[in-house]
Amino acid sequence: MTSLFKTEQLKKSYVTGDTEIHALRGVTTEIPSGELVVMLGPSGSGKSTFLNILGGLDQPASGKVLFKGKNLANLSDHELTYYRREHVGFVFQAYNLVPSLTALENVALVTEISPNPMDPLEALAIVGLKNRANHFPSQMSGGEQQRVAIARALAKRPEVLLCDEPTGALDSETGIVVLSALMKVNEAYATTTIIITHNAAIASLAHRVIHFSDGMIHHVQINETRKTPQEIAW
Amino acid sequence: MTPFLSVLNKKLFRDLLNIKGQVAAITLVMAAGIAIFIIMFGVLDSLKLTRDTYYDRYQFADVFASLKRAPEAVKDRISEIPGVSVAQSRVVFGVTLQMESMLEPATGRIISLPDSSPSLLNKLYLREGRMLFPNEENAILADESFVKAHDLSLGDNLTVIMNGYKRTLHIVGIVLSPEYVYSIAPGALMPDSKRFGVFWMSRRSLEAAVNMKGAFNDISIKTERNVPIEAILSQVDSILKPYGGLISFAREDQLSNFFVSNELKQLEGMGSLAPVIFLSVAAFLINVVMSRQIATQREQIGMLKAVGYSNKEVSLHYLKMVLVITVLGSIIGLSLGAWMGSGMTQMYTQFFHFPILKYSFSLEVMILAVFSCTLAAVIGTLFAINKAAKLPPAEAMHPESPAIFKVGLLERIGADQYLSFTSRIIMRQIERRPVRTVMSSVGIAFALSILVFSFFMEDSMEYLMDVQYGITQREDVSIGFVEPKAAKALEEIKTIPGVLMVEPLRNVPVYFKNKHFKKRGSIMGLVSNPLLRRVIDENLAAVTMPNEGIVLNKTLAGILQLKVGDTVEVEILEDKRQTLTISVAAITQEFIGLGAFMNIHQLNKVLDSTPKITGASLLVDQNHSALLYKKLKAIPAIVGLNITSVLRQIFEDIMAENLLKMVATNVIFASFISFGIIYNTARITISERGRELASLRVLGLTRAEVAYILFGELGLITLLSLPIGLFLGYSMSVGMTESMDSELFRIPVYIKNSTYGYAVLIVLLSAIVSFYLVWRQVDSIDLVSAQKGVE
Repeated sequence: MTSLFKTEQLKKSYVTGDTEIHALRGVTTEIPSGELVVMLGPSGSGKSTFLNILGGLDQPASGKVLFKGKNLANLSDHELTYYRREHVGFVFQAYNLVPSLTALENVALVTEISPNPMDPLEALAIVGLKNRANHFPSQMSGGEQQRVAIARALAKRPEVLLCDEPTGALDSETGIVVLSALMKVNEAYATTTIIITHNAAIASLAHRVIHFSDGMIHHVQINETRKTPQEIAW
Repeated sequence: MTPFLSVLNKKLFRDLLNIKGQVAAITLVMAAGIAIFIIMFGVLDSLKLTRDTYYDRYQFADVFASLKRAPEAVKDRISEIPGVSVAQSRVVFGVTLQMESMLEPATGRIISLPDSSPSLLNKLYLREGRMLFPNEENAILADESFVKAHDLSLGDNLTVIMNGYKRTLHIVGIVLSPEYVYSIAPGALMPDSKRFGVFWMSRRSLEAAVNMKGAFNDISIKTERNVPIEAILSQVDSILKPYGGLISFAREDQLSNFFVSNELKQLEGMGSLAPVIFLSVAAFLINVVMSRQIATQREQIGMLKAVGYSNKEVSLHYLKMVLVITVLGSIIGLSLGAWMGSGMTQMYTQFFHFPILKYSFSLEVMILAVFSCTLAAVIGTLFAINKAAKLPPAEAMHPESPAIFKVGLLERIGADQYLSFTSRIIMRQIERRPVRTVMSSVGIAFALSILVFSFFMEDSMEYLMDVQYGITQREDVSIGFVEPKAAKALEEIKTIPGVLMVEPLRNVPVYFKNKHFKKRGSIMGLVSNPLLRRVIDENLAAVTMPNEGIVLNKTLAGILQLKVGDTVEVEILEDKRQTLTISVAAITQEFIGLGAFMNIHQLNKVLDSTPKITGASLLVDQNHSALLYKKLKAIPAIVGLNITSVLRQIFEDIMAENLLKMVATNVIFASFISFGIIYNTARITISERGRELASLRVLGLTRAEVAYILFGELGLITLLSLPIGLFLGYSMSVGMTESMDSELFRIPVYIKNSTYGYAVLIVLLSAIVSFYLVWRQVDSIDLVSAQKGVE
């Protein structure tokens, strides 16, 4: 299988107040196309920074990050915008839906600017929310809002779906519904999906689990057998 | 580029609906700024255009001269002066009017109209009745303002004393003249259409009545375009000198036009500075408000960028939001401005007695108003968007990380231990965001300042009148004689029952010169230490008339560029026509008119004449005033009689009709703007901190405690704004009076404490109402959803 992402010696640090925090201290890895990847690690281990760099939201201080052979580290802000617009779908922990738009319109927000989107209603159908299309975020539960966010991310037919703690704010039952939706997309469209979580149980769903620790990859684990969301519990 | 009804545009409209209170407040501030801007400039432009059109259409002359008597042939010599296109001679004669309804005497001026041909210059506008027939006897046309002041109508008769004979004249027409937009009696400062009237009569009839057959004593001249007036004036003077010619003067020194120009200048001072200040304040606020409004959208901006919207698209989205508000504000502002402006122009047209009315609302003014507001809003928006867009999207999407609080002044001085923790929240919030605190305070301070600035004019006017009629002109009555009289005339007046005190006055028309600075005026001779008509210095103390030299007021000294110790050349415009050189002994403070004063004994001496007086100041016993006026009216030598209380009344009326209406407009708009500003400040605080306050409620704080945190901060910001606002208001007032200075009068800056009080009260009331409206919103936040982060 070809790799979608390849990183070499990625480094990134932040200055907060008087202290410098080394978020990434040389990360070298590969993420094959079509896989469901889970990134595990304690808070501050660098996984979110890594995800943001893969998604073109942030740029490394040094090192390379290749997306299909193209180095994202060299792209301008404008080019990164188009990279995100055309290739990346995001799912955020806080959903980040526009409160003044309905579920359908929140999805359309992305399909309007994508080169090859699916029908927003179809995207909602995939996450099982076709009947909630005209509801506003305030009229939906957390799990429903997160599924709208997933629909919004997948409606552009992205090559990669990046999810930062997608179930972090949800209870176990709702979390399972959301994870099922993500797995379904991964399988049906072969969309490479990268999920950040604190929750080790979720790791058993993945093809590949990347363990982060202290700004570096501690180890990578390949799952020979994967569980279904219904089989895990937390 | 997204289609018009894209999802983003839907978001735009729903977001706008969601903050409709704020949108309304911003729109209001902007509309008020734009409206007042175009009202004031529209009124000024329209009035100037109306005046110019009126002068032009009715052939208002460019040069005027009066003389004792010259044969008609002299007119032709004047017509031949190069640059003169038309010269029209006439007879102008002063008369005493016998008005039954009045105790005090009234005077008038009768002006001849040519019989053989229509008038070429200073044409009359016929309001009612008809023009004169050629050679018509005993028929007159009367100036409309006199007719109105005395409630006369067509066909009424008027009894006048003309050249010593009593005559009854018949009013056949009511007219307006560009030459007498204001009818101001000779020597008077203010127009007074009750005590001074202007009439027109057939030339032949008037000549016969006043022994001026084949002669004239007044001439008006129209010059060709772009010829130097000075050259014509000096040639006219040299031709007329043998005939008792007084110095000729150009249109700008013509009394009525001078007054009109001064009034317009004052309106301009008031009408240009105020709207510029209002518009700037509105623009500043829109800028601040928009930048804070956008700042509350930070998470959404982050999300839009994360999912692939470019900076340009995001900026455009928020710019559209601003444009919707500015378009709304502009439409309301422009319509309101055009509507109120036309009403106000109409009002002023009546005030100025212009028979025609020309509207002019210049497109440039409108564009400038809309453009400056829009620009301010766009800059504020772009600034905030840029700030939000600079953050990496991932960071922008998270709620702002806990703000950095450091140990501040409060802790260092140990004051924190005396404060409750809610008070500490307030103090730290203010300490941490000093720029925002100051900006909010400055915004409210602006609101306060435009209130002070709008109110102060009335105080200053009152002060001016108190000084003028309470300290300077302390006489009850001043009288003027037809021609200078021997000083012993004073003794006669003293004997009239009811006269308590008399002081002599001698007024001499002169022409002041200092290098190339020239000014027509008069010198008033006063006794050394006058008790009635006084001259005062800057500390309102009476100035003693020096034995040597002349005392000038600041305005005249300014025009002539003179200081104490300089000498001024004075050409006397009567009798021997001497030219004197007099040293400037003192410069005084006077609010009204151009003043030049000398010791009356000294004045008599330098004029080389026997002691003469032209008038007197009287203190009268109010119980006998009716009888006194009757006696004075019967003395033929008295042509002018001014009652101080009446003068003050006239002055007040003119102010009330003219300036104070503009002041009222300003006050209304200033109040709108103040409320708009304060409401917005409160609303934004809520959108920034609503969630935090709701969380505190969840933690168990009572409503009162949360309200205390919110309003403690707003209250402190408001309190901080008060001294800044009062200072700004005072400064603006100083600027305004400086821009309104005219030769006619200078407005002192005088602001009563109660005015400051009213302004502060309006701000505090706006604050309380805004706080209440905002509180209802905080109070209605659902505590559960507040925790989930749903807005």
